[in-house]
Amino acid sequence: MSEVRVAGVGLTPFGEYAERTTRELFAEASASAIDDADVARTDVEEVLYGNFLGELSERQGHQGPLMAEAAGVQAPAARYEAACASGSAPVREAVKRIRSGESDVLLVGGAERMTNLTTGDATEALATAADDLWEVRAGVTFPGAYALMARAYFDTYGGSREALAHVAVKNHEHALSNERAHHQQAIAVSDVLEAPQISSPLGLYDSCPISDGAAALVLTSESYAEEHDLDASVAITGTGQGGDRLALHDREFLARSPATRRAGERAYDDAGISADEVDVAEVHDCFTIAEVLAIEALDLEPIGEGISAARDGRTTIDGDRPVNLSGGLKAKGHPVGATGTAQIAEIAALLRGDHPNSEYVEDATTALTHNAGGTVATAIVHVLEVVA
Amino acid sequence: MSEQRDHVRDDGFDDWLDAIENGEPYYLTCSEEHGFLPPRHVCPACGSADVEPAPLPATGTLETFTVTSVSTPTFEDDAPYVVAIADFGPVRFTGLVVERDADDVEIGMTVEPDVVSSETTGERVLAFRWCSTSWCC
Repeated sequence: MSEVRVAGVGLTPFGEYAERTTRELFAEASASAIDDADVARTDVEEVLYGNFLGELSERQGHQGPLMAEAAGVQAPAARYEAACASGSAPVREAVKRIRSGESDVLLVGGAERMTNLTTGDATEALATAADDLWEVRAGVTFPGAYALMARAYFDTYGGSREALAHVAVKNHEHALSNERAHHQQAIAVSDVLEAPQISSPLGLYDSCPISDGAAALVLTSESYAEEHDLDASVAITGTGQGGDRLALHDREFLARSPATRRAGERAYDDAGISADEVDVAEVHDCFTIAEVLAIEALDLEPIGEGISAARDGRTTIDGDRPVNLSGGLKAKGHPVGATGTAQIAEIAALLRGDHPNSEYVEDATTALTHNAGGTVATAIVHVLEVVA
Repeated sequence: MSEQRDHVRDDGFDDWLDAIENGEPYYLTCSEEHGFLPPRHVCPACGSADVEPAPLPATGTLETFTVTSVSTPTFEDDAPYVVAIADFGPVRFTGLVVERDADDVEIGMTVEPDVVSSETTGERVLAFRWCSTSWCC
């Protein structure tokens, strides 16, 4: 089985760029990734691209070939959609293709344009990741769905809005040095608690912003990286996906994330590591409660204790295991189709030592990314390790 | 994009709302006694194609809720509104909590299902009514 190397990473700034089309955003991110990898465009065998809202935000389907064109690559291409995990689905597929020996060089990425929609229309578009008949038609929005989970969590395990607020404060703090982050602004617990309610118990500052942006990776086989003397010291050593019923009310648990648990277990097994070995993680924090559910399901925190991890400093920048050093979706931003790829780009940079926050994880060798689709009906986890 | 044609029913879902309105609510069950909502050809838990309707318990228990202030455009005039998930034993489902102030909604409340009209679109919306006494349902 061929080892999968991260040869190049590319990110646009995440933020409000309503006038930038996804083809233009992806052109920038893919050019950065190809430059970073120092591979010939003619060596790219296929383009695997993630996007969620193209038909609704740009009236653009069939984006695969369009994005290959934008990247200047003459190769077959296809789009992958898994709601907010749309940026991880093509990475997982690329890993399988390289491992099987089918491919040596793949351009993988994702993009989303969202701020050209009104907030209401963006909220409606994002809600299409929920069950239309049984949730959306009952008034469920995405903040609403996570709010249902948050209240169920408080009722089951305890916790408070104040504890959740520390998750937001932490991730904003982490983003201060990340020049590509949507929000480079420190916030206080009181800011979170006093912000307008979106869907109680979640308020404006419990929620990630609606963002535009793109991310890209050049993934290669180990043999290609060695033959071409690429600087590719980080490998994707584990991949796992978990699924669950689409509607939240059909799940066994309202305050746990079994899909994340299954994805994590598979990724840990695949990499041959345990959760204890993870030095740093990027997890899906579209809402503050999402980070809590994720770190518990990934066994980074015991069930019922994830709520206190940020407040007690276990997941902060100077904690034992920092979570979301990029700023996470909460502060870095969440251009849906780009997010999963961007998590891997951020982790690769952290492990390579060329991320603004690399100094906080100098000895880190093992890392994890976790990307969730919908209310975690899809979860995709990757393990990255320093191998060279 | 073109609008959907008016009044096209959604098989299973609209039949289920009709049943609630007619006072004959049901759920679907399989030979393994898993409970699920329509439309289904097979049980989502075990894959059994032996799918039959069964009477829905008259009342359920509210498990979690949220007061949504920022809605989609299709619920703009309804906001702020309370959305909840209630457990009816074999199945759970999601609906608006009506005829109760948001401040008075609490986990553990006994509710019965109902169908109301959205103030924004006039479309039918699944709802929960609070049962203040044991005989009301």
